[in-house]
Amino acid sequence: MALPSYAGPGERIWYYSFRVVCGAIFLFLILPVLIVVPLSFNAEPYFTFTSGMLSFDADAFSLRWYADIFKNGMSAPNDAFSWAWISDSWSNAQWVHSTKNSFFIAIWVTILATSLGTLAALGLSQSELPFRGALMGILISPMIVPLIITAAGMYFFYSDVGLAQTYIGVILAHTALGTPFVVITVTATMIGFDRSLIRAGANLGAQPHTVFFKVIMPLILPGVISGGLFAFITSFDEVVAVLFLSGFEQRTIPRQMWSGIREQISPTILAVATILVCISIVLLSTVEILRRRSEKMRGIRPV
Amino acid sequence: MVDTALNTTSVADGLLTDDGKSLKAKLALATRRNKLRAFLLVAPLLVFILVTFLWPIGVMLYRSVYSPNFGETFYRTAIAIKDWDGKDLPSEDVFAAFVADLVQAKKDRTIGKAGTRINYEISGARSLFTSSARKAKKLEPPYKEALIGVKEQWGERNLWSTIKRLTGSYTASFYLASLDRRYNKDNQIVTQPEERQIYLPLFLRTFWIGGLVMVFCIILGYPIAYLLSILPLRTSNLLMIMVLLPFWTSLLVRTTAWIAILQREGIVNDVLVFLRIISDENRIQMIYNQAGTIIAMTHILLPFMVLPLYSVMKTIPPSYMRAARSLGATQFTAFTRVYMPQTLPGVGAGSVLVFILAIGYYITPALVGGRTGTLISNVIAGHMQKSLNWGLAAALGSLLLASVLVLYWLYNKIVGVDKMKFG
Repeated sequence: MALPSYAGPGERIWYYSFRVVCGAIFLFLILPVLIVVPLSFNAEPYFTFTSGMLSFDADAFSLRWYADIFKNGMSAPNDAFSWAWISDSWSNAQWVHSTKNSFFIAIWVTILATSLGTLAALGLSQSELPFRGALMGILISPMIVPLIITAAGMYFFYSDVGLAQTYIGVILAHTALGTPFVVITVTATMIGFDRSLIRAGANLGAQPHTVFFKVIMPLILPGVISGGLFAFITSFDEVVAVLFLSGFEQRTIPRQMWSGIREQISPTILAVATILVCISIVLLSTVEILRRRSEKMRGIRPV
Repeated sequence: MVDTALNTTSVADGLLTDDGKSLKAKLALATRRNKLRAFLLVAPLLVFILVTFLWPIGVMLYRSVYSPNFGETFYRTAIAIKDWDGKDLPSEDVFAAFVADLVQAKKDRTIGKAGTRINYEISGARSLFTSSARKAKKLEPPYKEALIGVKEQWGERNLWSTIKRLTGSYTASFYLASLDRRYNKDNQIVTQPEERQIYLPLFLRTFWIGGLVMVFCIILGYPIAYLLSILPLRTSNLLMIMVLLPFWTSLLVRTTAWIAILQREGIVNDVLVFLRIISDENRIQMIYNQAGTIIAMTHILLPFMVLPLYSVMKTIPPSYMRAARSLGATQFTAFTRVYMPQTLPGVGAGSVLVFILAIGYYITPALVGGRTGTLISNVIAGHMQKSLNWGLAAALGSLLLASVLVLYWLYNKIVGVDKMKFG
């Protein structure tokens, strides 16, 4: 909404000062996320800008903390770069180990949460479903219940059934936490879904599963993928359940960061944080592109 | 079969499908089938959530009232003490049963656990139990005098009424403790003296911090949601990234960033020192306290306020404001009387969401909260992992959960949980 030409001086001042205030709030939102990027290239083991960094002295910047991600925990970190070095890093470096864990767990969670959540969302979007509100309330509850209560409950339960300190335990816990996001995202996509297409498909002689894969699925796919990415990031970022449920073997990146922040605060955490910010930028862009695509399919266009 | 046509109450009753059944019955069958199909789609996730989520939480919360350990260890005492009226010391029978239980508990090595349990009620009782259990084998009747001879605390009526209370399988004492209440000598519930209250102030602090974070989120979120809603979609989509990127970024990354920004050697202090606003010695402590928690939590929860606000503001036609202006309202009046009331559902939705998430927060207060910024979740975690007082953890947890559920219900009333959206 541009400033109209008849606006008085008061309105003009208000117009610009409002935008300045909004700009400041946007900076408040985005700066803390971006500030970790330059800090992670610090040559010194500090969490702040050194004077060398401020005068753009090349010596004040280094990649040592990124190298540390691969080296920390290795049996011979200072050897020459070779296949042996890579395999040492791959199997011994702590951060590499937790990265592998994080991806392994998050991928399984994405698969499980997306399939369970999409099915449930299909059911929830049908008007015939009895007790719709109550069911939705139950299925969304993992998002609302404070994490510490969830984690404590699961800790006792998984210890009793022998799943504590196993990958399966962490995967199941994260799946429960991730499904609400899938349910919400896919249900939102289903609201714009034209149900007569299902009948049209059936009318043309397609079996229900053919209708599902050939008609419903392509149309709701952007929503399903966004939901899956939400489930992925939920698991990828989650630390409270991991704190209670995982052993040393199942350490994930957030778990490693948690102990890093609490015990030995080193800029390696900032380097990891920078990589995580990059991952979230990729995920966010994907979700945005998918959302636009889905809007286009439904005929909503940006003005 | 055609006789059914005589039924005139409903036309559908009279109509038949080609296989000779009434249309109404067929329709009902089809509806039932659809209902069942819809339910079967939801069923796998429902079962999954019930088994891996709701059931474990239920079992955990049950620990807040169910604590049979003490009664199982002192099962003879449990029977003998049933008839004690609580006026004088219990009879010799009770003492005899108790000494027998002590001997057995020492042998079974269950005395430590039972001692810990009673220690939650009377501090110091654990060592009284374990030391007396060591000597119990050598005691001779009459046990009453013998036991009091070992330690004179055994002659206190208060101790015995506590023992009687603990021999039951169900207890209210964890809830009393989490509300800073306890039983006095005469078995009445009294409030702890002010200086010994721990949990009520903690709940108050949790709600206070949650409320402050909520208010800050409204103050910061309202202007930018408004700006996003009036800008052309292309521009607002770009600006929206600034809201969504923090939302997608790991909680730990954002908390780490705030540590780097706010700590004593951090960026804000450096800038202030550089600008000579403060001297190098007087750097401000902005983190590891309540202020740090509030700043970091406001930043982390702000997207949860902006997104619902934006989606409500987007639906308000700009022509309403123009109409108000053309009818002679000033910009201010038009805003407060026409625009703002229409955004209230969004404010309500965002506020409840932010408040719910804030009072259950664990990570950020644990990392940047210090001593004054810890919330109820952190204390629950402490009881779970350090002091191992699971009953108290469960009681505190269920009180927290109860307040969250009330708000969740409210949220459902205001917006409907299915209207929730991300991005």
